[in-house]
Amino acid sequence: MMFSLHNLTKVFTVGFFRRRAVKAVNNVSFELDKGEIISLVGESGSGKTTTALMILRLIRPTSGEIFFEDKNIFKLKTGEERKKYWRQVHGIFQDPYAPFNPMYRVDRVLYQVFNLYDKQPSKKEKDQIVKESLSAVGLTPKDILGKYSHQLSGGQRQRIMVARCYILKPKLILADEPVSMIDASTRAGVIKLFMKLCNDLKTSVMFITHDLGLAYYTSNRILIMRRGEIVEEASAESILEHPQHPYTKRLLNDVPLLYSKWKDL
Amino acid sequence: MSLVSAENVKAYYYTSAGSVKAVDGINMNVNRGEILGVVGESGCGKSTLASTLMMNVRPPLRLVEGKISVDKYELTSMKRKEIRSKIWGTLISLVPQSALNALIPIKKTRDIIKDVLKHHLKNLNNEEINNLAKKRFKELDLPIEVLNMYPHELSGGMKQRAVIATSTLLNPKLLIVDEPTSALDVSTQKIVLKMIVDLRIRGIIESVVFITHDIAILRQISDKITVMYAGKIVESSTANEILENPVHPYSKGLINAVITPEREVKRRGLSYISGQPPDLLSPPIGCRFYPRCELAKDLCQKQEPHLTEVRRNHFVACNFVK
Repeated sequence: MMFSLHNLTKVFTVGFFRRRAVKAVNNVSFELDKGEIISLVGESGSGKTTTALMILRLIRPTSGEIFFEDKNIFKLKTGEERKKYWRQVHGIFQDPYAPFNPMYRVDRVLYQVFNLYDKQPSKKEKDQIVKESLSAVGLTPKDILGKYSHQLSGGQRQRIMVARCYILKPKLILADEPVSMIDASTRAGVIKLFMKLCNDLKTSVMFITHDLGLAYYTSNRILIMRRGEIVEEASAESILEHPQHPYTKRLLNDVPLLYSKWKDL
Repeated sequence: MSLVSAENVKAYYYTSAGSVKAVDGINMNVNRGEILGVVGESGCGKSTLASTLMMNVRPPLRLVEGKISVDKYELTSMKRKEIRSKIWGTLISLVPQSALNALIPIKKTRDIIKDVLKHHLKNLNNEEINNLAKKRFKELDLPIEVLNMYPHELSGGMKQRAVIATSTLLNPKLLIVDEPTSALDVSTQKIVLKMIVDLRIRGIIESVVFITHDIAILRQISDKITVMYAGKIVESSTANEILENPVHPYSKGLINAVITPEREVKRRGLSYISGQPPDLLSPPIGCRFYPRCELAKDLCQKQEPHLTEVRRNHFVACNFVK
């Protein structure tokens, strides 16, 4: 197994006077193979993003372990090891505005990726790689480089985030609602591009989303999460055809479909 | 019987850079008892159409020409003050895109409702207003406690439902909703959609104009669909007809870009419309869709297509339909 979570739990304590514990993620375990695409589906507040933050090593779990290529990621000692981890596991987030500093040109977001490289390429090589990556995601480098983030559309910005993956060539991409903030007509383009990239680079992907349509279309396996726990795990086909858990059934029943009408409206 | 009819409506934003033609020559009808869906990408003039339909035009937006009549009133010849007292809230209500922010953070839902009602029905006392609000909340299956809560105590879906309930308190004939569910998750979305359908079944409202970019929602609730692109209507027909036999390349593109958990979607595959909607300061001459259209020929750069009836009640504006 390339990647595995074992009994991961995260408890947040809230309140100043009356302290209360909230179990955001409760005893979550799953595995992910090389080249596999999975989706973690759940409504807001189900602990999807907390799980993602732990996988990216941005917060520590209360208990449980995460293994990446047989190493416990919370026991990486040196900066070198951590850098290597972040080079191999990369995140893309929901908000296409947040990663960009409005004071800098968008080039910076792309060039900063090179900080994760072991050996810094020369300036010329960097320029070359950045241009290649932008063309790979269907953008024209001269339209993008030198611009500020407010001059680009949401779709373009999200494509730049995908271009970063292309520069980094990680082994696992964690995509937290990567297309929920862009228009439906552009959304399909970004998803297609993403799928092609992952196919070319043989990257594993973990989508974190509330959109069952996206999960079904892209993933091999779907995990349904509710109140911090994984309530159902099955292949995309069998989730759609034979949902077991009542929550999964409800979710499927509530998604507006294109080819059939709700009967209970 | 039509409730709303708009003829050749043009509304432009006048800015220092020039006029932005957000609504450019729109003809539409909303029949009584009908849910009409308006769909298009962001920046296609959908929200401007919503404000224009209820004549909420304020600079920089201006009505250039056209006639809008709702019920027995001709809005385009009325003064703003008159519209405010006679039309808004009582004949037409709008639930704007930012409805979640429409609630004042320091006021309870009850007081917000009081403000609305006092504006329209001056001789009601507080108790009568309370009873009216309670009755309506009960009718719509909303918890009565919501009336005594502040907005921060309500969930997103509950806020949206409270806003819709407030805006339909005076039984308006037409309800215009602008992206009411885009910030909600699927289960909450369904509850809000159910509420809108319920309002119509109970006869509280007659017709709905539902503005959205999600055509799958329109499949579920609307009777008719109007597809808008760059300030113009490109296709309009019944919901089933549009979804099953779309004619305009833009409508086809919108439908094929939707992903839902269905086998048909996997079979059909995903496609998308490349490029972006044009800048409405200087929209392309001829067909506005030609820079992004796969079918585009030289003709499209010169000749502007007009809405023509291709089948019964199915109108398309494209140079390639006969």
